[in-house]
Amino acid sequence: MTLLKHAARTFLLSEFVKAMWLTFRYMFRPKATINYPYEKGPLSPRFRGEHALRRYENGEERCIACKLCEAICPAQAIVIEAAVADDGSRRTTRYDIDMTKCIYCGFCEEACPVEAIVEGPNFEFATETREELFYNKEKLLKNGDMWEQEIATNLKLDAPYR
Amino acid sequence: MIYALCFYLFATITVFSAIMVISSRNPVHSVLYLILAFFNSAGLFILLGAEFIAMILVIVYVGAVAVLFMFVVMMLDIDYSELRKGFQKYLPIGGLIGLILLAELLLVGFGWGLGGPVTTDPATAIPALNEMSNTEAIGSLLYTKYAFLFQMAGLILLVAMIGAIVLTHRARPGVKKQNINDQVKRRRGDAYDIVKVKPGQGLG
Amino acid sequence: MADLLVEFFQWGFGVTLVPWLAIILGIVVGILAIVLPLLLVVAMSVYMDRKVWAAMQMRRGPNVVGPWGLMQSFADGLKLFLKETIIPASANKFIFLLAPALTFILALVGWAVIPFDAGMVLADLNVGILYIFAISSLGVYGIILSGWASNSRYAFLGALRSSAQMVSYEVSMGFVLVTVLMCAGSLNLSEIVLAQKDTFLGVNGYWFTPLFPMMVIFFISALAETNRPPFDLPEAEAEIVAGYQVEYSSMAFALFFLGEYANIILMCAMTSILFLGGWLPPFDWEPLYLIPGWIWFFGKIFFMFFVFAWVKATVPRYRYDQLMRLGWKVFLPISLLWVVLTGLFLLLTDKIPA
Repeated sequence: MTLLKHAARTFLLSEFVKAMWLTFRYMFRPKATINYPYEKGPLSPRFRGEHALRRYENGEERCIACKLCEAICPAQAIVIEAAVADDGSRRTTRYDIDMTKCIYCGFCEEACPVEAIVEGPNFEFATETREELFYNKEKLLKNGDMWEQEIATNLKLDAPYR
Repeated sequence: MIYALCFYLFATITVFSAIMVISSRNPVHSVLYLILAFFNSAGLFILLGAEFIAMILVIVYVGAVAVLFMFVVMMLDIDYSELRKGFQKYLPIGGLIGLILLAELLLVGFGWGLGGPVTTDPATAIPALNEMSNTEAIGSLLYTKYAFLFQMAGLILLVAMIGAIVLTHRARPGVKKQNINDQVKRRRGDAYDIVKVKPGQGLG
Repeated sequence: MADLLVEFFQWGFGVTLVPWLAIILGIVVGILAIVLPLLLVVAMSVYMDRKVWAAMQMRRGPNVVGPWGLMQSFADGLKLFLKETIIPASANKFIFLLAPALTFILALVGWAVIPFDAGMVLADLNVGILYIFAISSLGVYGIILSGWASNSRYAFLGALRSSAQMVSYEVSMGFVLVTVLMCAGSLNLSEIVLAQKDTFLGVNGYWFTPLFPMMVIFFISALAETNRPPFDLPEAEAEIVAGYQVEYSSMAFALFFLGEYANIILMCAMTSILFLGGWLPPFDWEPLYLIPGWIWFFGKIFFMFFVFAWVKATVPRYRYDQLMRLGWKVFLPISLLWVVLTGLFLLLTDKIPA
């Protein structure tokens, strides 16, 4: 009897039919994924996305060209050149990040004594060419200006844990 | 007009690709030319109104036989210098066979020209297309008049197939193989026992 | 038809055509009328495939390009167009480029004999079913040539796998075709469809007869013929990266892709013609005939394609020896047995079609 049952199960492909029925039912389940470009998931304040160079509120660059970030960068993606500016302060003349090398470890952010270089919440910075991913100081400062509000909020939220 | 044009097109390509089969350096190219030759002869069959044979030619020769040729030829590791070494050695016997074939071809050609025609009107041998499709015509001949020969041909093929399997099959001992029947037959009870183990006593 | 076309051109453009030119023009128009909608259908079927697959995995699938992502396939096509065709240095250049073109052409050529409605067929061949069978057996060349010409190990492995697989499954497929044409008594696809009218209890199509197991075998063999999951071993990503497609990029790859989907739709069309009653409505009930036949036919193709996508979402990939076992040790004996049984049945009930 069990033999007959098993033979019937084999020839009627019942396991296959059951599997098909299962996937068919799953088709009408609510989706587990979000409707991504129109709908975005929550991000932690610690999220490490695209880099940005910040300014003080009076518009002065935070970066003091201490090169700690350049030194700690494990991927050696950061290149800094420094000089004395007109007002006698030490400033960078060049601040490049090769985003194709960057591993988004966040060490630069940790190393920075003045919270100048930060990794912002932006992760949608895909480009059409590689060249566009070689960020210079101008681009990084622009990012800083663009994302300042979010970055400041995130830093404030994360501050108690540091 | 178009009919003759098609015939000469197909025939020329067939002959050309047949020559290329034996003259091209790369064996894979040879097989490709062979396929082209098959195709064009299928075209010739269609011109004759024998679409069934044309399709069977494509299915069997192009779709199966040539695929297997290709399969083998692609995996061959051919040493051309080794091949050329044998050329001298096999030239006499190869040439002899070639000559015999050529002579036979010429004989057939001349014989066809000299002797009287087999039937005065070849078209009567085939029923008109609107009367009977040629698939039907072949079937009605093959399964009535030539049924015995047809079955014999089938038997010969069967024997050849069994022979090939017997000759090439070797049963290697100690090979682990999946036995699907055993797997399907296996029940929950065969695989494990549930034992109630009392604490501190072990399985005993 | 020639006279009609000559008249049409006189009426429409005021030019008088010689009959043979009119015939050639008529054929070209017919080809375009099949190929252009077909390419559109192929593009949309790629989208549908991805959507169904996504839905069964509780994902959303393409959703950005156009409303509900409808234009996704066109965006992908455009992207492939703009990319660079890379030819490997050690590849056999001519064959390397011939292979995708061959795949694509063969996938389109098969559509010449498919009847979309009564009389709506480009070439009403007497041996239509054999023609389709021949074309689908030629499909293996595109893959095997691409694998060899790429001069790459993965591609070559994919080509070897696919050639053995496609040749094996063609055998059982051939026997399934034999059972169908024994019942229909014709090799002409239109006549096969017409023979399915009211097969049993007013249902149109052979699927409602003891030929149903043959339909299942035909469908599974069609999966293997078109290298669809669960038989996608020639392009198994996890084992041989993409098999015969590894070295291909841009339009050459796009041709493979389009050809593959055109082939899948061709197989769906064949299943509907052989077993689901082609352009006939599902039931032999007068009001259903008011809906044009080609709508029924497209509905059936749509359903079959859904099942293709459904199977892809359901079953995992076969192992190669299991694939061969299924083809040779299961499908071949069953279909052979069914040929004998069908023949016996037709003989004993005296139902052999004239």
